[in-house]
Amino acid sequence: MANSRSKSATAELERSSQNAQPLTAMAVIAPAVGWLIPGAGHLVQKRWIRGLLLLVCIVAMYVLGLKMDGHVYQPNSGEVLDILGFVGDVGAGGLYIVSRVLDYGQGMIQHATADYGTKFIIVAGLLNFIAVVDAYHIAIGKKK
Amino acid sequence: MTGLALSHFSAALLFAVFASVVFGITQREGARDQMRYGAYCFAMFVGGVIAAGWVMWLIRH
Repeated sequence: MANSRSKSATAELERSSQNAQPLTAMAVIAPAVGWLIPGAGHLVQKRWIRGLLLLVCIVAMYVLGLKMDGHVYQPNSGEVLDILGFVGDVGAGGLYIVSRVLDYGQGMIQHATADYGTKFIIVAGLLNFIAVVDAYHIAIGKKK
Repeated sequence: MTGLALSHFSAALLFAVFASVVFGITQREGARDQMRYGAYCFAMFVGGVIAAGWVMWLIRH
């Protein structure tokens, strides 16, 4: 059973590789736009429902994180864990830029659920990274 | 931006909903498979939370 699953996975991989298109303008634009505005990488490729769902979920998660007094990490704190937090946060693209400009998420954490807020913000960024990769795969024809 | 104080469980539920939707869309092809995988992820997230809660309860008692 495991062997047949492995064979079907290999066949799927080969089929995906054969379907893949050479690098196009969309393969650059979709991930860039998708990073800046969550879900936009799918929207510019006319995947309306998927794009809107990604937009709603990632933006809602990020905003809820801010509303829960979550912390928005800065790039230059020097602490290793803070740098990892920053890498997660920056995945949210435009949301991260706007929250830094408006100075959101810089207050002292005063209650337990604020730490959940910090995690919501990081995970929203990480989920957007996944959405960006998915938009790229659609753009190169690896996925429909 | 201040003030939203969710319970631990409602925060976990919201986390599960959003993460499951994104996983479903990005990790599968076709609407049916995407919905099925999203539902599977949601069940795993929530089931994991409940299981972890019971494990912590057992450790404490």
